[in-house]
Amino acid sequence: MSEHFLDVRDLKIHFPTDDGLVRSVDGLSFKLERGRTLGIVGESGSGKSVTSLGILGLHKGGRARISGEIWLDGEELVSASPEHVRRLRGKKMSMIFQDPLSAMHPYFTVGAQIIEAYRIHNKVTKKVARKHAVDLLGRVGIPQPERRVDSYPHEFSGGMRQRAMIAMALSCDPELLIADEPTTALDVTVQAQILDLMRDLQRDFNAALIIITHDLGVVAELSDDILVMYGGKAIEYGSAEDIFERPEHPYTWGLLGSMPRLDREPTERLLPIKGSPPSLINVPAGCAFHPRCAFEGRTGGKANTEVPDLVETEGGHLVRCHLPREERRAIWATEIKPNLESA
Amino acid sequence: MTEPLLSVQGLEKHFPVTKGLLQRQVGAVKAVDGVSFDVRKGETLGLVGESGCGKTTTGRLITRLIEPTGGKVIFEGHDITHMSQGKIRPLRRDMQMIFQDPYSSLNPRHTVGAIVGAPFKIQGVHTEQGVKKAVQDILALVGLNPEHYNRYPHEFSGGQRQRIGIARTLALKPKLIIADEPVSALDVSIQAQVVNLLEDLQNELDLTYLVIAHDLSVVRHISDRVAVMYLGKIVELADRKGLYESPMHPYTNALLSAVPIPDPKGKAGRERIRLQGDVPSPLNPPPACRFHTRCWKAQEICKTEEPPLLQLAPGHQVACHFPENAPALAEPEVAAQT
Repeated sequence: MSEHFLDVRDLKIHFPTDDGLVRSVDGLSFKLERGRTLGIVGESGSGKSVTSLGILGLHKGGRARISGEIWLDGEELVSASPEHVRRLRGKKMSMIFQDPLSAMHPYFTVGAQIIEAYRIHNKVTKKVARKHAVDLLGRVGIPQPERRVDSYPHEFSGGMRQRAMIAMALSCDPELLIADEPTTALDVTVQAQILDLMRDLQRDFNAALIIITHDLGVVAELSDDILVMYGGKAIEYGSAEDIFERPEHPYTWGLLGSMPRLDREPTERLLPIKGSPPSLINVPAGCAFHPRCAFEGRTGGKANTEVPDLVETEGGHLVRCHLPREERRAIWATEIKPNLESA
Repeated sequence: MTEPLLSVQGLEKHFPVTKGLLQRQVGAVKAVDGVSFDVRKGETLGLVGESGCGKTTTGRLITRLIEPTGGKVIFEGHDITHMSQGKIRPLRRDMQMIFQDPYSSLNPRHTVGAIVGAPFKIQGVHTEQGVKKAVQDILALVGLNPEHYNRYPHEFSGGQRQRIGIARTLALKPKLIIADEPVSALDVSIQAQVVNLLEDLQNELDLTYLVIAHDLSVVRHISDRVAVMYLGKIVELADRKGLYESPMHPYTNALLSAVPIPDPKGKAGRERIRLQGDVPSPLNPPPACRFHTRCWKAQEICKTEEPPLLQLAPGHQVACHFPENAPALAEPEVAAQT
């Protein structure tokens, strides 16, 4: 049992392939309460999307090897039957996908798709369900919802489609909502509209929200807590302020240094991370990040032999790094932070 | 002021929309509708805008990958707008393009050596120590291992592929490089590597860039001057400092305020301009000022009269009836910058 609303413990999702075992998610643990937003950040191949699909039980029945525990409101989902998870999916937990054009069926009207989802979980007449769909579309800011409910997805613009997707995800008042790159396919002015909408809706529904993205700006706008993933593992976890003001993992420093920022004076140069993300079949031994880490030499040779543990440094801020805590803080304060702020 | 390397004057591309058996033309998508700007030697001009604003089409028109329907493109004093393919080919040595998607812009059946060596072959360029040596030098220059000469694109990661694409454009030492979304398909940490590489190459090889992108923070980082496009027209063109610190066009203001800021403490204090709706279709753009349907400052004149692109401060052009940060209010140091 778990007293937390969502409690993921040592989740592992591995895929056997002809080339070897892909360790997409390799021992991930985190907790989330109702009304809170967790941002999961990472580059492609860090395991962030696989985690979300795993929580929804969408890897069940496939080739994936799943172990660990996922507790959702007192129920364990990894060992639950696919049929049971299916009943929860859409009602208790639902998902907003990245690309609304491919996540919606082109052959059915937007309304029909929302009505279908609603009627699977609720014994209501078509008429009531249709009324509900119209209400939802109005709620997410689609003009003339009575008319648009009968439109097909291709008749909507990108931003409207994403709104319709959100309406669909909200149709059964889910308590856990997972948004996988919800604004990546959108233009910046539309992205701002959708982020505002998601913030408002979360407040109204009091759901637990997980935002998965590679965009640190989006994460900072919405999240209470942030989980940084690398090579299938959490490498840093903390409040949004911990991650942006006092980051302690060299990878998080690298992400911050890689990103040009509009809210500060332009810097002369970006400070990228060398190399590229690892293949999940051949994750480097020891700390997965060590081949790209600029401070690997200061760990006393442990970097490529021992996997560091995710250790709490202060008040719920967790870091997976061999460097001693004082040294990490000194590096951040003297070597990293000053370079991010001015030319 | 030096002669511009590239001068674009009133460039237009109207794609015909046809209907019926006889393919009668019933309308036109005005993808690019009267765009003018200069690119000076050695500078980086950024071209930003949302999807469908015509920025990519502009890049392709300049390189003559598609034929313009009006206007002029003048490169190094030659009017190349209607030059025949035979005549333009030698000029292509000096004008190269970096594409967005490193997965689809490299032929999967060719080795890196063949891809980067192709420009030498096509242009009939002979190098002193052979093409292979030249290609290996370029690979080293963009940070790839020269020994990977015989490998195929699928053996490389996305960032490395983009480096191959950059190596190919550099092969013949061009003067102007048009980069269409050069980093948007890459991961954040790789983006920064490629941005730094582009800057280093510019300094080393004295390159001029026209960078087409939608990411305003990346564009601010690499550009000297920035042009903002909306529905086929330039709405504002200014140097970096002028555009980002005192934007005049409401659309530029809205774009800048829409960018999410990675600062969890700052989000409470920021006032965001919320634009309503989406970008209208370029098939049937709003008359007069094309932004008036989404603009909070729009008045009657915006619906009837198109605002011309005027220079309101030195080096700062804007097309708006009611510009913000007008020169009288602008700080003098901004005005002094040209």
